[in-house]
Amino acid sequence: MKQFLEGSRAVAEAVKLCKPGVISAYPITPQTHIVEELAQMVADGELNAQFVNVESEHSAASVVLGAVATGVRAFTATSSQGLIYMSEVLFNIAGLRLPLVLTCANRALSAPINIWNDQQDSVSLRDSGWIQLYAENNQEVVDFHLMAYRVSEDKTIMLPVMVCMDGFILTHGMESVDIPEAEKVDIFLPPYKPLYQLDPAEPITMGLLADPDYYMETRFAIQETFKDVLKFIPKVSEEFRSIFGRDYKDGLVEEYYTKDAEKVIVAMGSVCGTIKEVVDELRQKGKKVGLLKIISYRPFPYSRVCDVLKDVSKVAVLDKAVSLGALAPLAVEIKATFFGKKKSPKIISSFVAGLGGRDITLESIREVFRKLTQKEVSSEFIDLKPELLKEEYGE
Amino acid sequence: MFGPLIVKPSKAKGDKTGSWRVQLRPKFLQKNCIGCKMCLLICPEGCIQGKEKNTYITDYNFCKGCGLCAKICPKSDIIMIEETSEGEKK
Amino acid sequence: MFKPGHTACAGCGQAIAARLVIEAAGSNTIVANNTGCLEVFSTRYPESAWNVPWIHSLFENAAAVASGIEAALIYLGKKDVINVIAQAGDGGTADIGLQALSGMLERGHDVLYVCYDNEAYMNTGVQRSGLTPFNTNTSTSPVGEKSLGNLRPKKPMPEICLAHGIPYVATCSVAYPQDLQSKVKKAISIKGPKYIQIHVPCPLGWRHETELTNQVDRLAVETGLYPIIEYENGVLVSRRQIEPKAVTEYLKIQGRFKHLLNNPEAIKMIQDIADNNIQKYNLRVQGRENQTKEV
Repeated sequence: MKQFLEGSRAVAEAVKLCKPGVISAYPITPQTHIVEELAQMVADGELNAQFVNVESEHSAASVVLGAVATGVRAFTATSSQGLIYMSEVLFNIAGLRLPLVLTCANRALSAPINIWNDQQDSVSLRDSGWIQLYAENNQEVVDFHLMAYRVSEDKTIMLPVMVCMDGFILTHGMESVDIPEAEKVDIFLPPYKPLYQLDPAEPITMGLLADPDYYMETRFAIQETFKDVLKFIPKVSEEFRSIFGRDYKDGLVEEYYTKDAEKVIVAMGSVCGTIKEVVDELRQKGKKVGLLKIISYRPFPYSRVCDVLKDVSKVAVLDKAVSLGALAPLAVEIKATFFGKKKSPKIISSFVAGLGGRDITLESIREVFRKLTQKEVSSEFIDLKPELLKEEYGE
Repeated sequence: MFGPLIVKPSKAKGDKTGSWRVQLRPKFLQKNCIGCKMCLLICPEGCIQGKEKNTYITDYNFCKGCGLCAKICPKSDIIMIEETSEGEKK
Repeated sequence: MFKPGHTACAGCGQAIAARLVIEAAGSNTIVANNTGCLEVFSTRYPESAWNVPWIHSLFENAAAVASGIEAALIYLGKKDVINVIAQAGDGGTADIGLQALSGMLERGHDVLYVCYDNEAYMNTGVQRSGLTPFNTNTSTSPVGEKSLGNLRPKKPMPEICLAHGIPYVATCSVAYPQDLQSKVKKAISIKGPKYIQIHVPCPLGWRHETELTNQVDRLAVETGLYPIIEYENGVLVSRRQIEPKAVTEYLKIQGRFKHLLNNPEAIKMIQDIADNNIQKYNLRVQGRENQTKEV
């Protein structure tokens, strides 16, 4: 049913449909509305779950770890500092092969402290073993949560999923979203059947010490499983389409006017909505431009990206995060896609925008297209204010 | 794909830590034992077993020879002897 | 429930205590364990000493993981028949694990928290922790020209837990195994958060003979340095009464206090700590056998 909702409320509705048994979270802007909505649903008896108000994000992640280990579906949400604080537990959850869904309301990282949106937080955890999906709008947010549980709990996968949505832009933005019917969700997402769980009837030991004779295979196994995830997400996306009608194609990327494009921007998250507007505008003027939206950042869909971009002459990668001291994170993946390949874009330019919530406007995107010329640029910051910079520290 | 992840305790046999003994091992005289069970309670390995008086004995596959049982026995019915001496070993 | 064949040091106090705890708790128990000696020596892949469902996550979060297990059991309607134990060493409890423990106690989860107090970070090589007592020689508070070892007294963990208003707080010692087991059984039968702290000697870290584990701990109790007490709902319901021995009896059989034996000032300070405990809990028995006395 279509409702006009705040993004956070949409998340809560989606999570309610997934019926987690344990929810645990610690408040941090801009995630707060998500957990407040869920708390109200539990208080009103709309959602039968144990709501554990913990004393830190580290404990929030630990509580849901314990719950999933005991065989109960769980949920948590966080942002920025909270995500980084719980990162120790996140690596642990992936290593323990426990299925879980976490909503990351993308927000900039301290210092300096900044509560507005960019993607540094989740991108900084790209090595953690979590599947990462980036949503462009609140409909995708709802749909990705349902798909996330389905992917996460599959017996061949058993890896946790992070659904990333831009803080404030999506969490606090009001959009018209279709909240699926509970009966249909129950068909798409059956109850969690644990592959292993803590149960006195059949005791198991989880989280053992693995010395050099045993550790490496655990990492290899996760790496191989990510290859399975690349094949599994398209299946889940097709199943989703057949039940709910919305088609995410392979669920890994979205191609927007890329077929005959001469210039394509690659990006993740809500900025794609803005880019689509500019693409429409420039296409009207006869310019051959397009957008490649990355949905699945981990596992990274190298072969899909290669398919889409190999015949495009100029590619601009728009990062909403930085990897300080090296090339921008998404740009690195795009460049890696084509290394050693016969067919590849002539130019792959890298741009950084929107850090700390600096608005990415239609003009900013137009500027990216303009700057996408024969001269390749590397980590160029869009809309930077040079007047705030000085070479030497002083009054 | 899964690597080493979970262990079912029924499948775990334990290391044969009896091989750690180099100097001493306990000898259960089984003469004046009063069945107080202190040896069974205090053993860090938990490898001492017994039911009534004079039936308590350790599992030498696991006994590390720490000497706690001999020290705690109120009747001195357990003594520590040289590891290399004859007598019950396995 | 705790099988032999694990790789603890010979004479390990924590191995004794861990076995006694889980045997008292029974097989209908799920255990969340912090990183530490116990976790490392009992679960080296592919071996596991635990015949109960057991999980290890990180160094500081056993209390939080146990909270999650408890919440899941409540959701499944099984909490009344399954016990949940969170266990950790002194470092994992008083230092890095304090936040998670405090949160668990405050939220009132039905979990028994067991702290194995061997008074240092033993697993990583005998570094000082918040529960390392006065003047102990540890590797990060070593004795030298300018130092007598660890300067700070023990963090009063039982008092901190009591201050949270939980229904059961007790201290135990491996020198009194039956007392330990009966306290665990009592704790398990109470609903709500419970805290049990067990004094466990470490022959390696404390530098004493393996066969003296039991004796060393007896002296810790008999000198008044480690009061064995039990609180129910904030009221002291039992304490182990002693005929106090001089603290030097306890100090001289451990290598970690060797440097104090010629230092009357340091010994006086430690004796004062013991005397304070004796007075505070009224531990002195008047000409009677050593036995636990009901208050």
